Order: sequence, then C-alpha cells, then structure tokens
Amino acid sequence: MSKTATLKVWRGLDAERGRFERYEVPFEPGQSVLDGLRWIRANRDPSLAIRFSCINANACKECMMELDGATVYACTARLESREMELKPLHNKKLVRDLVTEIAPPAERFKG
Amino acid sequence: MTARAEPMHVDTDVLIIGSGGAGMYAAIEAARGGASVFLLDRSLIGRGGATVMAQMTVAVALGAETPDHWRHHLADTIQAGRGLTDERLARLLCEDGPDCIREMDAWGVGWARRDGHITQAFAPGHDRPRCAYVDFLNTGPAVSKTLRTVVNRTSGIRKAGDLLVVDLVRHHGEVTGAVALHLATGTPVTIAAKATIVAAGGLTRLYRRNSASANMGGDGYALALRAGAPLIDMEFVQFFPIGHLAPRLIGMDPIMWDPFRYKLGGRLLNADREEFTERYGTREDGKYVITRDLATYAIIKEVEAGRGSPHGGAYLSFEHCSAEALRAAFGPVIDRLAANNIDLTRMPVEVAPIAHYHMGGVAADPHMQTEVPGLLVAGEAVGGANGANRLSGNAITEALAFGRRAGRTAAARARDGRHGFMRADARAALDLVTADGGADLNTAAMIQTLQATMADDVGPFRTQTKLVHALAAIDQLAAALGERPGGDGGRFDMRRIEWFDLRNMLMVARIVAQAAVQRTESRGAHQREDFPGMLPEWQVNQVAGLRDGEVTFASVPVDAEVAAQ
Repeated sequence: MSKTATLKVWRGLDAERGRFERYEVPFEPGQSVLDGLRWIRANRDPSLAIRFSCINANACKECMMELDGATVYACTARLESREMELKPLHNKKLVRDLVTEIAPPAERFKG
Repeated sequence: MTARAEPMHVDTDVLIIGSGGAGMYAAIEAARGGASVFLLDRSLIGRGGATVMAQMTVAVALGAETPDHWRHHLADTIQAGRGLTDERLARLLCEDGPDCIREMDAWGVGWARRDGHITQAFAPGHDRPRCAYVDFLNTGPAVSKTLRTVVNRTSGIRKAGDLLVVDLVRHHGEVTGAVALHLATGTPVTIAAKATIVAAGGLTRLYRRNSASANMGGDGYALALRAGAPLIDMEFVQFFPIGHLAPRLIGMDPIMWDPFRYKLGGRLLNADREEFTERYGTREDGKYVITRDLATYAIIKEVEAGRGSPHGGAYLSFEHCSAEALRAAFGPVIDRLAANNIDLTRMPVEVAPIAHYHMGGVAADPHMQTEVPGLLVAGEAVGGANGANRLSGNAITEALAFGRRAGRTAAARARDGRHGFMRADARAALDLVTADGGADLNTAAMIQTLQATMADDVGPFRTQTKLVHALAAIDQLAAALGERPGGDGGRFDMRRIEWFDLRNMLMVARIVAQAAVQRTESRGAHQREDFPGMLPEWQVNQVAGLRDGEVTFASVPVDAEVAAQ
C-alpha cells in the first residue's frame, strides 16, 4: 500500500539565504527518510545534495540531518504520511543543501 | 560557476586511496616504516567501504580452537577457488593472516574468547574451526574502530575525507601521484607521491541490491586500468543468496539472515508457502545445509517460474521457532526487528540474492606491486587471491594482510625514491575536473538504470543473450554520459560526482560483462546457463588491459607457483 510523504527540504549554498522545496514522495510503510531523498534525486532533482555511504546499516553515520528540528540519521528515520521538514545540521558548517562538514577537524582537507 | 580555483597540492611519500581495513592497515605499516602517509577517502575516514559493514567472521589459522596451520587454510582457499586461485597471493593471505589478527588483538579489537583463547567458529568450506569474530554481529565495526584508533595515534599519517580521486598521474610509465576533486569545496587537488596504494574496494555498487557501501563502484579498478595496470578475473562477482529484501528493514545489514540460519535453520518458501529447494537438488528439512550457489539458483528459478515472493525473492520463515528460542539466539537483535514491525514467530521475511564481493581486481604480485611502477594495490581491489569463488571469512583477512604488505612495500619504495610528479602530467585530469559544458543529465537515474541492467542481465546466472543485451545498454549509457562532466562544479555537486562515478562504473561494468560473454563455461561464481559445466581449457585467467583507449583481453595460464609444499 503506497503512501505519500511531503518532504520540505532546505536547499542552498549559503546558510543565510536558503529556500525550502517541497516534494511529494511515494513510499511503502517502513521506508526511511534516506530512501525518500534518494527517490527525489532519481525521479525529481539529481542536484539535491545529500551525504550517505552505507544506505541501510547505520554503520557509516554520514546521513545526519535535522528532521523537524531534531538531529536524526536519515537512514533510520522513517517516512510518514505528513509534511516532514529536513534541514542541514545547524551547528555544523554548511556545504550544500543537506550536506554539512561533519568530519573531525583532523580529517578535513585544508590544502 | 565551475571551479576555476588554482589546484591545491599535497606532497607525500605514500598516497593511500581508500580508508577501509586495507587502506588503514597500509597507512599504519607505511608510517611504521618511516614514510609520510596521505590517507584519503571519498567519504569519511574509516567509515565507508566494506570493512565496516562486515558482520561475519575472519578466517585465520591461529590454531587456538584446534591445531591448525596456514597451509591447511591455503588448501581450503585454493579448493574454493575452482582452479583459478593465484597461489602466491592466497599464501600471503593465509600465512600473514595470523600475525595481523594477533596484532589486532593486541590493539584491543576484542575477538570473542572462550576459555582464555580466541574463539574460532566453523564456516562452510573450511576443514576445521578457523573463524574469529567480535560479538554481537560486530566484527566489521570493531575492526574499523580499532584501526581508526591506531591510525590516529600513529605519527606521520595525514588524513582527509571528501577527496574523490579522478585519475592517477604518470610520468614515463610510473605512477607519480593523483588528481582529486575536493568534494566539500569543488576545488581540484594534485597529490605527488613516491608510491600510491589503491585500496578502494570492489564493485558491488554496480548492482541494484548489494551488501556494501554506496561508494564501491569499481573506482579503484578504473583508476588502475587507466594508469596501465591490468585487471584479472573480472567476470567473477560473488552473490550472497539470502540478502534481506522485504519488508523494509532499517538500521540492519542486509546479510544478517546468515547467522540466523546457522543457529535456527529456518525454511525457504516460495509464493505458495512451499519448500522448494528439493526441486533443485537439496532437501533442507529445517536445517541450513544448502550451498550458496544452489540457494541462489533455486531462488532465481522460482521467481522466473512465477513463484517468487511479492518483491521478487523467496520467503525465509522462522515461524516454527518459539519466541524464547529466538531471543536466546539473538537477544537484542529481536528488539531491533520489533522496531521494524517484524515478528519472526508470526511472519516470514523476503530474501533474494545480493551482490556481496568481487573476486576479480587489479593484478598484483605478493608485494602488492602492480605491473605499473609506483602503483600498489590492497584488499578487495586485488584480483586473484580467491580465484573463481571466495571462501567465507577471507575478505577481512585479505584486507589486513594485503594492506600491511602494501604499506611495507610502499615505505621501502619511498625510502629509495624521489618524487617524479610533474604538473604537466596532471594536465588532462585537471582539465576534466574543471571542465564545463557537459550535458544536463539525471545521473542518479542513470546509475539506477545501470544497476538494474547489471542485476537483471549480469547477475549470478548468465546467458549470451542477456550479456549482449547488457553490453548494449552500457554502451547507450556511455554515449549519453559524454566526454565532459555536467553539474555546476561547485561545492558537493552530486551531478558532477556521479558523472565521475558513472565514468568508472560504466568502464568496469563493460569489462565484467565482456569477460562473462567470453568465458563459455560455468565455474565458481560465473554460471552460464547456456554453457553449464566447467571446462579444462578454461582453467585460465582473463586479463583486461587498456590499449589506445580500448579494453583488450588476453587469456593467461593461472599463476600456480606451488606454495603449499
């Protein structure tokens, strides 16, 4: 039984000058927010920037973002039939869209 | 908006591409050998790749459980490889494995213990209990965490994530460094290195459903091939038969049902809720006895016959087990299943074959040196050690043993060598990184199309018709991709990142499909429905090289130095 979530996704390169875009995302109960974001990239807008590696196992810890103001892993938060607001981590430097600088300082490339 | 920034530059003795188990062990060993090391990853350091995903066991002849010797482990590894194993590489895996596992023990990885010794479990294909592990289903994360800790306290290792290597740089036929794209800024980066180790893992991302991370799309193979290093045994992709399919299960590794079957048996059922493996030659009677290749075959055939489960696999049922038995066997895992609305006493799950590992890879000698001076390789990126089929438990062992050896070889080369990097040699790759004017493509959808093609037509069971169909689809995608990347070239530009991914994925996918077309027999993980049976004349390795931009193949005799004398 397919349901629909409305993902309200923060987009932008400048933390002060972003915008929200809304996407209607079909899902089966149990699917993750990361599943929904990957669906948007393949079916609506491939320019949406997200960071993930392991997809499913919650091993890589890369897909941290804010869902309705709370920090979550997108791979373990579930899609629901309602509007869900997704924003980049507010306490990390913004890279683009939902991607922030999450690596420990010693593991960031500085040239 | 394309990045026009002047490239940033790094000088290092040893460059290591990829920070899974192989890359991190290589970094530690090279630094211990006195070299300066630059350890990079396209994701976070020590978080991506396959090592962190491994839930299973590590095969190693410690002799802790019962007397053992690396020669017994080697004999089993060669037996599993169906005549194609490079015995020099398999010997390195088996002989150096115990040392690496003991060093990991000293570093505090926490191998499960019984009566004061490291517990060694029995796994299929081994002649005795040989497999160490970390409880509970925690082998990969523990190995990754331990290596991250040691990397962090070893001086001489510089680390950087978010670096996507686009091409290796050569001077007079030697690898002298690399050109990378810094994802977080969109800036090009040049790296000068006296030795470069490719430890970027395998190619499971080419398939729709796989058990590794999204960053394993064959980059390492493509980088090495374009730098002149041949690839070997590329047709041999290992599938794991009972990867989780449905209902959607989050926060768990899709290969988790194997330990369940070891402990509790379980029943494989078709859409009619009937056991079906007997139709294909193995009757189970509630015990886990069916081999991986046969289980894969049986599930695929039931789906083809219209008797698959709703999502296109088979049911795996533990409904005959009591809640008490399930909890006794898997404790907290039962709660994680409950959080996914899965109650195994009341419902089956759906499972289907899933791409798991690649036996093929870059050809290397036992020092992990490729045919190209300055270019080394480690871990799953190496081809040949496991022949046509990998023995369970050998993947982490090879990551550690090959990583350590590659680090040692690289440090020795750095001690004697000097930098040969010339900016002019990096020109073509830098032009590509900063190019604009590429087509506006839906790269995410193209990757899905490729993954569907590989899963449907280059899966575990192959035919000429399907493989030719796949090659045509790959050609079509390659034509659409074009010669220049799209996207805006700015920060974390996914369209540009995926353009570079597709450039590598399509190159490697074509080689896998072409090698599979050519091998007109069935052997190990390569099964041709139109050519059943193993043929003596095919006891050869297919080696892919690049000549004037075209992939060429040669068949060469298996390197079978008698190791186990």
